[in-house]
Order: sequence, then structure tokens, then C-alpha cells
Amino acid sequence: MRLLLERIFQGILVLLAVSVLTFGLAVLLPADPARMVAGPSASVQTVNNIRHELGLDKPILEQFIIYLGKVVRGDLGRSYKQSINVTELLLSRLPATLELMLAGIVFELLLGVPAGILAALRPGSFLDRGLMMLSFAGVSLPQFVLGLSLLYVFAFKFPIFPLGGFGTIAHIILPALTLGISGAGWYARVVRSEMLEVLGQDYVRTATAKGVLRSVVITRHALKNALLPVIGMIGSDIGVFMGGVVVVESVFGWAGVGKLVWDAIRVVDIPVILGVVQLGAVMIVIGNLLADLAYPLADPRVRYG
Amino acid sequence: MTNTGLPQSQTRGLTPRWKRFWRDPLVMLALLTVVVLALMAVFAPQLAPKNPDLNFSEGLSDMGAPIAPNSNFWFGTDLLGRDLFSRIVYGARVSLLIGVLANGAAVLIGVFIGLIAGFVGGIVGTLLMRFTDLMTAFPVLLLAIALTAILKPSLWIVALVIALLNWVSLARVVYGQVLGLKSREYVTAAESLGASQTRVLLRHVLPGLLPTAVVWGTLGISTSVMLEATLSFLGVGVQPPTPSWGGIINESQSYFTSAPWLVAFPGIMILLTALSFNLLGEGLREAIDPSAKRTGL
Repeated sequence: MRLLLERIFQGILVLLAVSVLTFGLAVLLPADPARMVAGPSASVQTVNNIRHELGLDKPILEQFIIYLGKVVRGDLGRSYKQSINVTELLLSRLPATLELMLAGIVFELLLGVPAGILAALRPGSFLDRGLMMLSFAGVSLPQFVLGLSLLYVFAFKFPIFPLGGFGTIAHIILPALTLGISGAGWYARVVRSEMLEVLGQDYVRTATAKGVLRSVVITRHALKNALLPVIGMIGSDIGVFMGGVVVVESVFGWAGVGKLVWDAIRVVDIPVILGVVQLGAVMIVIGNLLADLAYPLADPRVRYG
Repeated sequence: MTNTGLPQSQTRGLTPRWKRFWRDPLVMLALLTVVVLALMAVFAPQLAPKNPDLNFSEGLSDMGAPIAPNSNFWFGTDLLGRDLFSRIVYGARVSLLIGVLANGAAVLIGVFIGLIAGFVGGIVGTLLMRFTDLMTAFPVLLLAIALTAILKPSLWIVALVIALLNWVSLARVVYGQVLGLKSREYVTAAESLGASQTRVLLRHVLPGLLPTAVVWGTLGISTSVMLEATLSFLGVGVQPPTPSWGGIINESQSYFTSAPWLVAFPGIMILLTALSFNLLGEGLREAIDPSAKRTGL
């Protein structure tokens, strides 16, 4: 229980720190936010009115407290370019992003875990070296290069999948695969080293010595323990993917939160960009908490309290 | 006091670990690639066959489209009729500058924070490590995008952002190592002989951190290069007309079906660079760190 409370406290601290940071960024902004809302042709009077409306003429500390109060209530301000609340905008795009992330995690597990297990079964073999080389290439390939390559081969040369857009199952395969392949490399490496460690442990050797079939030893005894760190990895993936979706969604034209950032960068829509940073922080905190909650379910040795 | 953890100081010749390092064909290939890349960056003006910023009239087809690779334009031309090969050669400068400078700064920050937190300990140490923990929970790429988008993107802003974000994991590793080193006999011996704190820190603890810094520095170049490429691809990194690999792909993204070479060549360069530094870093880790497990490479 204590550890869990500590984690929750740390999560709140992270969210607070991100709020301070995003507020600081908004203050540091070289351009005048009131001017950006008003547009370049507005009169000085209009700009001043907007500045007053946005509360930008108040002292910094007061602005910050008002800002914090709004953030706590889930109000992230208004978009400069679309007259809509940022929170509303984010929430409308979030389901598409979550869908993509989930599919990405599925691919990541499907590719990374078996690769790690296979590599660990015969360490040093040709297969092992090949798989590890692939995993290195996977983590060294930026997602936009991978995404564009997949699009070129599987949507243009061999039109199996659509060239971007979203809606159907066919649309989600390539972007999810892009997210999955770049993460699978890490999974393969972690699973491999965990497997090697577990396979060398006494209880596994005992089971083998007792004459239990190797396949049973691997699936029943070793695998269960070797896969435990994967839970934590999935948890932190939720945060890592928040960055990845900006790239992947813009390559594939997937209308989620990431595409929103890409579009917001183009028109310097600061509240939207900062809103997504805060959403990202929330997702990281939630992801880590979920992993903490899942550990004791998977491993009876872990108990909080 | 040459206990840097480097095996040469213990035995005259190469230890088996270092022998394996120098004999591993993959690691040597990676090393060769890194050397070639460095030469490319340094001697770009001599190596590039053409001016990378010049729009060649023969660089565009009659329809105004970029030209595929041929004997004149080895890697083809871009949307403005510029020579892609020359732009890629110059692009190595941006990548390696970020890899060396930004990542170098990140290594210094990481070693500094980990060292102070571990050596001084107490409240300062706790606060520093809490801060580091906090940083690990930050959405790094999103933060980098926000920072660079807001602070008017440029090469130097990108470098600054990478330096400020990339030190976190190293600080944690260094912290752990310093705690370990502090209790080692030669350190406690120096202390009991009356060496000052500064002397112990600089002469005995810092050298022990060198191998870690080298390994993480090498692996970090890979992360930094990829981060710069991603930021440039998103349009918040290095700005045109400065040629950067990510930026080239950004400029030509919408034409990638008709001019795939504009994505393929810079993409291969980013992959080669990141992969080489990763392999080299992994090789160094296995050679230097006695507790490192073989990764199977």
C-alpha cells in the first residue's frame, strides 16, 4: 500500500511539474499570445481587449494559480486557431490514438516476445545473432523512415493496404506495425536476457533434472517469470507511444492526437501543443500506475503492504 | 592511480574481452562506418561533388519533377533540383554535430548530477535523484517538440533540448556507481590517508566513471541522432535550407511514391548512423563492463 501511495504521490508531482513547465513555456513564448489569437491585422485595441480577456495582464503568479486551477478542472485553454476548447479537441481525438496504441502494443508483443524467447533458447546460435541484429536495427530505425518504407512497399508497390487515412482494420495495420516494430526490439532484448537468467536458475535446473520435458520447463516454469518485466514495459510504453504517435499519425494521416500536434506545429497553435504534452504526462502516470497494479496479479511474491 | 577500470592497466596485452571487441566483425564494421561518417562530416566541402544549395536547371525534368539517381546526380535530385548526394554529405555535419555536442553536454550533465548526488549524498543527493526520477516520467519526445516549436526551431535549440533531456538515465547509472565506488578499498584508503574530498572525487572516483561515460556517450549519440532526425522531420528541428537527413525527408514526404530516393537515401543514412553507434556502444559495454551480459551479437 505504501509503495502504491508513493507512486500516486509521485504521479501527482509529475503532473504538477509538467504544469509548471508548460506554463513557463507559455510565458517564455517569444510571440505575444494575445496577438496570435487576434491575428496579424487586428488593431492594438482588440489585442489589448483579448489580453485582458485571457487574463494576460495580471501578475505572473496570479496567472499561474488561475492556470493551475483550470488544469485541475481539466480546462486546458482555447486553441488559437480553432475556436474550440483544447480539452474538447483532445478528447475527440483520443479514442483514435488509443486504438492505434493498443494495436501497436499487440504487434510489439507478437513480434518482440517470441523473438526474445527463440533467441534465448540457443544463445550464440545463428538464429540468436540474427534476431538480436534485427532488434538492434529495429531500435535504430526512426519511426518516420520505417513508416514511409512500409507505406511505399505495402501500400504503393503492392497495394495491399490503403495509402494512409483511417477508419477500417486495413488502415490500422501499417501504422500499428510501425509502432510495434520499433518497440519490439527492446522487448526482444529484455525477454532474451530475462529468459537466459531464469533458465540458469535452480528451480529450472531441478525441473530439468527431474526429467520434465524441456518444452514444459520452458513454457511452465521459465516463461512465466521471464515475462514479468514485460508488464512494466507495457506500462511505460503508453508514455513512450504518446511521442511515437505524433510521428506515426502524421506519416499515415491517422486522425488522432498525434496528427493534432503535427497540424498545431504548422500553425504554431501553442495551447494545443502544450495540451498534448500534459495529456502525455497524464498517460505516462496512468501507464506506470496500471503496471504497478498489475504486478501483484501476475506475481504473487509482489505485494504492496 | 590509473584504476580506470580499463583492463590495459591490469595486464600488459589485451584481455579476452578487448580481444573479442577488436575481433567482432560487426563491431569493427560499426567502427568503420563511424569513421567514414566522421570523415564525411569534416571533409564535406571536399567530398561533395556539387554545391548542396544550388538549384540545378538540369536537376529537374521538363515537367519540373526531381530526377532519379544517374551518373551526374548519384543519389538523384530533390524537389528544387538540388544534388541529393551533396546534401546528404553535408547532412552528416548536422547529425554528428548533434551527436557529439548535444550528447556530449548531456553526458556531462548526467555525470555531474549523478556524481554530486552520490558523492555528497544527504538532502542534496536525495533532491537531485528525486528530480532525476521526475525527469524519467516526462514525455521526452512531446516535450522536445513543444520546446523546439515554441522557441523558434534552429540547430542550436535542437542541440540544447537534446542536451537537457538526454542525461537522465546516465545520471541514475552514475549515481549507483558512485555509491559503489565510495565503499571500495582504494577510495576509503585514500580518505584515511588524509586525502581531501576534492582529491578523492577527482583522482579516485571520477576516473572510475570513465568507462560508463564512454559506453553511455556512444549509445547516446544514437538516440540523439534519431531525436534530431525526428524533430527535423516534424519541421521543428534544423530548418531549411541547411541540409539535415530528417529535414530532407520532411521536405519530400508528399512525393515519396514518385521520388522514393528522397526518402530512401537519407533514411538509410540515419539507420546506418544510429545502428553503428548502438553496435559500437554495445561492444564497448561488453569489453569494459565486467558485469555486462553477452547480448548475443
